[in-house]
Amino acid sequence: MAAQAVPTDPAAPAGPAASEEQPLLSVTDLTVTFPTRHGDVRAVDSLSFAVRRGQTLGIVGESGSGKSVTSLAVMGLHTGARVTGSIALVGRELNGLPERELNRLRGRRMAMIFQDPLSSLHPYYTVGEQIAEHHRVHFGSRRAAARKRAVEMLAEVGIPEPARRAGEYPHQFSGGMRQRVMIAMALACEPDLLIADEPTTALDVTVQAQILELIARLQEQRGLAVVMITHDLGVVARVAREVLVMYGGRAAEQAPVDTLFADPGHPYTRGLLDSLPRLDDSDDAPLRAIPGSPPSLLDPAPGCAFSPRCPRAAAATPAERAHCAGVRPELRPSQGHLVSCHLSLHTAARVQGGTR
Amino acid sequence: MTTTPTPASSPAPAAVPAGSGPWQLARAELRRRTAVKVSLAVVALFLLMAAGAPLLSSLAGWSPEEFDKTAVDPYLGGRPLGPLGGISADHWLGVEPVTGRDLFARVVHGAQVSLLIALTATAIVVLAGTAAGITAGYFGGRTDAVLSRLMDLTMSFPSLIFMIAMMSVAKDVNRILLMTAVIGLFGWPGVARVVRGQTLSLRHREYVDAARVGGSGPWRILTRDILPGVAGPVIAYTTLIVPGMIATEAALSYLGVGVRPPTPSWGQMIAESVAFYDTDPMYFVIPSTCLFLTVLAFTLLGDALRDVLDPRSGRT
Repeated sequence: MAAQAVPTDPAAPAGPAASEEQPLLSVTDLTVTFPTRHGDVRAVDSLSFAVRRGQTLGIVGESGSGKSVTSLAVMGLHTGARVTGSIALVGRELNGLPERELNRLRGRRMAMIFQDPLSSLHPYYTVGEQIAEHHRVHFGSRRAAARKRAVEMLAEVGIPEPARRAGEYPHQFSGGMRQRVMIAMALACEPDLLIADEPTTALDVTVQAQILELIARLQEQRGLAVVMITHDLGVVARVAREVLVMYGGRAAEQAPVDTLFADPGHPYTRGLLDSLPRLDDSDDAPLRAIPGSPPSLLDPAPGCAFSPRCPRAAAATPAERAHCAGVRPELRPSQGHLVSCHLSLHTAARVQGGTR
Repeated sequence: MTTTPTPASSPAPAAVPAGSGPWQLARAELRRRTAVKVSLAVVALFLLMAAGAPLLSSLAGWSPEEFDKTAVDPYLGGRPLGPLGGISADHWLGVEPVTGRDLFARVVHGAQVSLLIALTATAIVVLAGTAAGITAGYFGGRTDAVLSRLMDLTMSFPSLIFMIAMMSVAKDVNRILLMTAVIGLFGWPGVARVVRGQTLSLRHREYVDAARVGGSGPWRILTRDILPGVAGPVIAYTTLIVPGMIATEAALSYLGVGVRPPTPSWGQMIAESVAFYDTDPMYFVIPSTCLFLTVLAFTLLGDALRDVLDPRSGRT
């Protein structure tokens, strides 16, 4: 919805290379490794993406696919992890920036909201104080000015009686109102980038829609770049302009949202879409899950992470299967998408009956 | 409560800020308890007594170091004249055997010394312990390892022997200052452990992540986000260690390594009174009762504070 208001060419192919203006956030070859006792866990592996002003990038994937690790890496919140690659905010490299510099950017230029608004709000302070706190951190404003700003922000995110509500504690708000407060807090210092890590997962469906609309409205008004991390394809379809599908810490597919839903290029994306229950299914049709479980990121296979579960690989010739398991597929353009799969669509055509 | 669907704060919109904050809630909860009222009254009484010691003793007409040979019977080994250890209009709580020093003046000045040492030592312990615990818990890693080993080391040290040795060896120093320092030195790991544990559980809360995401530096997070969470347990623990401190001071003075006579202290008075338990039991009863009441009052207060401010920790 918000994406339509953006004055960028909708026909432009996806990918950082294609943008004319400089992207607000550009992540190149991001790799996050956690050293553990049993070896290194590579939670994110050579991931690249870019987001422009006013644009929404959806990052989709199941639990453990590296979505949240990516967002935390962008915010520079990993301690004890090795982060390599480049994270550039308006051309400024964030990876390796000293903590003090990062603190100046966090909240001010880039902000983040989390899944559970109740646990993200401090139970000890009133919501007004918490929003004001963010403002004070960055602008050193006086208590009264920061409080005024907090009330303005609460009004902006649609909380009725903002002046009175600012004096209340998080437990006095409903789930949806709390998420509004989180958004107010995140946007109090006018950041350019908002990372929303599953912002609607803890909310019920009607409230989800309200929150997504609120984010879209604020995005339109402020020209925010939004990274929407979710496992809910419905959310992605609603808000994102471009989607990055992650599997096992790697990018499986990146495409504009319409293309992705109409014609998924990667067998994993296809599996995800197929696993959505449909209204026109008969009642007793079984849910179509993707067989198998996500790979261990500890000591990953040399080839495609999805190959053990991949229906295309299962139907392919032994030579092709060996290629899938042994050689890592690169993210390559294919019919308007970026897909990382060795088995192109003509190979896929042979197994069409098996997947659909 | 069951009939009103709105939270308790909504019937009176003007009263919303008051009455719903964490401290207001705690205060309301404490006010309901009788034990809190009684123990607070006792604590306040002794604190006032300690603070107004010179005034009170001058009111009674005796200074703590003043001998009154007329109050004791020189022919009966210096036994106080009159019933109950010489309690009279002149000496409100009787007199010390042999010397005839006024017990009221000595108890009141003893309270000053005992409480001064106990409270200052507690303050040192709490400040040092909170700082160490919060640092160890929040930063973790090597900082935590070093501080935790230091805690273990201090805790495993034979503290009483060290205190006695230290107090016996040091000659020309301010006894009160030295005693405070020595008692405080061994108390901080207890607080530090409580605070460290609490900080460990708090630093992984999402609101701490949210604060980091908002650009708060470590100092701001420690003071604004973590400290309020550890304040409850710390306050409760503090009130519970005060009686321990009073008892330690009394014990050291009893053993003769505390404050030097003629400066009075409860422990010292109890030690001296033991020789007269047969002839003058009141001399033993009066300082013991003061010690007992103070320790009991602080313990009850600490228990109640812990119930209210730190409901999750079990009773030990």
